Amino acid sequence: MSALATQVLQGDRRALARLLTIVENAREGSDDALAALFPHTGHAHIVGITGPPGAGKSTLVNALTQALRTDQKTVAILAVDPTSPFSGGAILGDRIRMRDLAGDTGVFIRSMATRGSLGGLARASRDAVRLLDAAGYDHVLVETVGAGQNEVEIARMAQTVLVVEAPGMGDDVQAIKAGILEIADILVVNKADHPGLDNTVRGLKMMLELGHPASRTQVMSHHGRAMSVAAPVSASDDQPLWMPIIVQTVATEGRGIEALLDAIRAHRAHLHLDGHLQRLEHRQLEIELQERLRDALLARLLEHVSAQDMSVLIERIQQRRLTPNQAVETMLAGLRFGQFED
Amino acid sequence: MSSDRPIRVLIGKPGLDGHDRGAKVIARALRDAGMEVVYTGLRQTPEMIAEAALQEDVDIVGLSILSGAHMALVPRIREVMDSSGLKDVPLIIGGIIPDADKQVLETIGVSGIFGPGANTEEITGFIRSLVAARDQDRPA
Ligand SMILES: Nc1nc2c(ncn2[C@@H]2O[C@H](COP(=O)(O)OP(=O)(O)OP(=O)(O)O)[C@@H](O)[C@H]2O)c(=O)[nH]1
Ligand SMILES: [Mg+2]
Repeated sequence: MSALATQVLQGDRRALARLLTIVENAREGSDDALAALFPHTGHAHIVGITGPPGAGKSTLVNALTQALRTDQKTVAILAVDPTSPFSGGAILGDRIRMRDLAGDTGVFIRSMATRGSLGGLARASRDAVRLLDAAGYDHVLVETVGAGQNEVEIARMAQTVLVVEAPGMGDDVQAIKAGILEIADILVVNKADHPGLDNTVRGLKMMLELGHPASRTQVMSHHGRAMSVAAPVSASDDQPLWMPIIVQTVATEGRGIEALLDAIRAHRAHLHLDGHLQRLEHRQLEIELQERLRDALLARLLEHVSAQDMSVLIERIQQRRLTPNQAVETMLAGLRFGQFED
Repeated sequence: MSSDRPIRVLIGKPGLDGHDRGAKVIARALRDAGMEVVYTGLRQTPEMIAEAALQEDVDIVGLSILSGAHMALVPRIREVMDSSGLKDVPLIIGGIIPDADKQVLETIGVSGIFGPGANTEEITGFIRSLVAARDQDRPA
């Protein structure tokens, strides 16, 4: 087993931090370490926290973690922030709101930039969560980028998804993105000390009642780029359906955090009922495998298409002699598909 | 080694003064130079800075100190970082540091000191060369 992986299992935080970097950069040793640690995953409760910018996600993570710590549970946090498309750099500032967690060895916080990935997470987020899980943390909290659009990626790796809204952001029903609501297991109306609270809560309730309880799988596949759509789950094999809970919080003062923790516990208990968790993981893995397969196939196919071939085809498309689709067929035919080896 | 991924920097603001405009300006400049900048906010203790540097596995730590308390803060930060296993993570400082203090700080292991007049290209270039040099003697 790789030395770093062994150290991670022994609780070495520096080794964990180093391995997170190696995995994030897909450096040599990344696959081996992940393989060595994979059998040790599957124990953490993975909670996603998403919602529009400034809704209070990081502040909530701070308060939630403190509450979990009084229960002696250990917590790892993965906080994702956007990479600037112009420079490729990023400012990772979520820790600013988590200063209460400093000095606690039962907490590990890691910031990550999206590096061009869409959907509110980074490409390496899933494997990073696996490392944190293998390191033995009881809970892994994943804060997504707050773009307020379609951060449904989180539903593909979290077991419990919190969607955080704030008054004044969500009272216009139009502003509440249906996709983001559909992935919510728990809706947190944070900044409950702000005016407009009742409107927001009413709006969210209405949205929840209007929307039939769609299963997360449907949302995951329909917003995703999966090649085939995972089988929709009927109410019968997913009984009883989870109805999202609305919780009001003031994260800055810790108000409502106990109720939020209760809701998270209730959802976790629901998952452990009747094999829900196993079915959820099965669907998430199905989507992950399709993604990985697509990426790997594309990479291998592209090894056989030179930049020169590509630009000849593009020229023909520009001359209107080929459609883009015909160009793809031409490339596939030229590869004698099915016979390529490395 | 450093060209295939963004350099990760921690910008820390130790001490009790309540302004972080300077720290934010440098954080943005480093981001615009393609680096990933972990910014931890105001009033960081030496322990908080070392802990964040460890968890974030940054390539380098930059401190913004305008309070004049650098001689009290910086040696302590270097010491806590060293004892946390971060001996190989370089430390640079931005702020108004008198020449006499500069020499002392350099002897305790501060790699670079930049005054308020330093331009950002100078700083980003310095960081790049430090990280490249470190990657050379550290196995990947
Ligand atoms: N009044 C009030 N302010 C809050 C509350 N929760 C968070 N804030 C403040 O809202 C601002 C944004 O909070 P963050 O926790 O950084 O929000 P975020 O969703 O993580 O933001 P991004 O990561 O930038 O998307 C900060 O100034 C917080 O102090 C709350 O319950 N009430
Ligand atoms: Mg945040």
